[in-house]
Amino acid sequence: MSLFRTELRRLTKRRFTRWTTVGGLLVLALVVVGLFITNQKIGPEQWAEAKRSADQSHAEQVRWVEQERANCERAKAAGENVDYYPADCAEIAPPAREDIRDEWYLPSTFIFKSSFQDMLIPLAAILAMVGFVVGASFVGAEWSTGGMMNLLLWRPKRLTVLLTKLGALLTGLLALALPASAAWFGSLWLVANWRGSTEGMTSGTWQSFLLTGLRGIVLALVAATVGFALASLGRHTAMALGGAVAVIVVGQGGLAILLDMAQVRFGEAWLLPTYVYAWMTKTVTLEDWRSCNASYTGECNAATLDITWHHSSLLFTVGIALFLGAALWTMRRRDVT
Amino acid sequence: MRVEAGQVHGFLGPNGSGKTTTLRTLLGLIRPDGGRMSILGHEVPAALAEVAGQVGAIVESPQFFPHFTARDTLSLLAGAGEVPAQRVDEVLELVGLSGRANERVKTYSLGMKQRLAVASALLKNPRLLILDEPANGLDPGGIREMRTLMRNLAESGMTVVLSSHILGEIQLICDSVTIISLGRRVAFGPVEEVLAQHSSGAVRLRLDAVTDLPLAATALTRAGVRVTANPDHLMLAGVDKPATVTRLLAEQGLYVSELTPVAVDLESVFLDLTATTPVPGQHRQVDQSVRVDGPPAPTGGGWGA
Repeated sequence: MSLFRTELRRLTKRRFTRWTTVGGLLVLALVVVGLFITNQKIGPEQWAEAKRSADQSHAEQVRWVEQERANCERAKAAGENVDYYPADCAEIAPPAREDIRDEWYLPSTFIFKSSFQDMLIPLAAILAMVGFVVGASFVGAEWSTGGMMNLLLWRPKRLTVLLTKLGALLTGLLALALPASAAWFGSLWLVANWRGSTEGMTSGTWQSFLLTGLRGIVLALVAATVGFALASLGRHTAMALGGAVAVIVVGQGGLAILLDMAQVRFGEAWLLPTYVYAWMTKTVTLEDWRSCNASYTGECNAATLDITWHHSSLLFTVGIALFLGAALWTMRRRDVT
Repeated sequence: MRVEAGQVHGFLGPNGSGKTTTLRTLLGLIRPDGGRMSILGHEVPAALAEVAGQVGAIVESPQFFPHFTARDTLSLLAGAGEVPAQRVDEVLELVGLSGRANERVKTYSLGMKQRLAVASALLKNPRLLILDEPANGLDPGGIREMRTLMRNLAESGMTVVLSSHILGEIQLICDSVTIISLGRRVAFGPVEEVLAQHSSGAVRLRLDAVTDLPLAATALTRAGVRVTANPDHLMLAGVDKPATVTRLLAEQGLYVSELTPVAVDLESVFLDLTATTPVPGQHRQVDQSVRVDGPPAPTGGGWGA
């Protein structure tokens, strides 16, 4: 227990942990401020303004259509052969006023019920990024500066030391993620309250939001574990960060291009972001536009493939087992030099 | 290699001879491929966890997280080892860092880092202290302080194993030594014994008149003394008592101006034993030292060398 407390203290004492956390929270705060500035509450005044804008837009279109019809009739009368006008100039008609809807001209507004689910994705992404780099640095810097060797001279049980470090990291991340998520819920609720609407919330909606938030925290914990394991494998922070860049640039970017060129069916199913997105949204439906599943009405539908959060959880479990297993194995077997 | 409790033991060898590897293996950082090791009566690495709390060690150059202060560094180690917090201040005072304890380690000189490393090793008040090159980077005052500290620790009952290339220091501090070359032991035992075993018993002789040296050489050779002539003095070997020499020469009317036993020091013994004495015009390579052909390394059981 003393080792766990010490590692937790070491984690929070590190400047990198502090600055990365502050950076992550700052980005989240900027998003909240951005949402607050760019959204407005919709009231009679906004509706009146939107109606005025819609009327103005309709009038402009009527004017333009009349001008074009006049041009068309003039061209026909002059016997000019203009193929961009219809045979009958009367077909050039302005849109009806009701086709131009007032709500198109409403300012952006933050509807908590419909928007918050999507806003949990940036929260999870930032927490995952903070978890990954802090996790990698926490063990990587210990290896590269000799701190791990010092610690092993005090506590010669290697697996205990590594797993305690990981436990301290995940505890620290949880201690950040839980209040950060609560603050995210709270601040976006306030944004919706002041710059949108909080109407229509049901217990089911709340439950769905909480579960998505929970999956976001789990995603951050997975990312931290993978970063930690990779840096421990390479005994350097750069191993994890380099590995991440390699996976993103070569493994994902390159693979996406290759899959597209090879016209692989449901190519996105081979890409990691699909599974991350599926984890957060519960399901991602991939479509193969080169296929045709005819319906009984004769309509041609694209073939689909659903990637669910269950697939994602399987992938994450296998990933953690592989990376962490390898890190533990090398910790046990490799000499400390 | 055997270190008696309460002694200061010097562990010597040329670069690449395996000193640090031996210490790392002993401390569980490197997996041994054979042999047996024991610390404070417990076989390691199996029982390392049981004795780790009684062993303080620094291995090779001191390495610490550069952005932590010395106090934080020691405080975290104390926390991991369940050492009382006040011990941190005690060891900082002991190694002379209490005034700079709140500065980041990255601002420290090599000597200060070395002091911090020694402090970290002393933190758990160990029964066995293993120090690899503890005088590295220390100023002359620091070396002397370190020497005094080692002696005081040994007097308080602590066993100290010291690896160093400053052989003059080893000779002054240590009770016993082990010298290795290319991974094999070439000498061991109390310092005086090792020196005596490799002392030539030579005596340097000078006379008032250099011109009398050949005469003296003849007289001494006749008396059974092995004589090596030099331009201004004679080197004598096989002399039991220097008084014999003065009496013999006085009988010949030759008067001695200097008769000095040539003392051997640990450095010359080390260079001789490891065959690493520099030869003018030659560039010795790291692995060029004496090779002891012993029995094959044990792969299980036995006490190794």
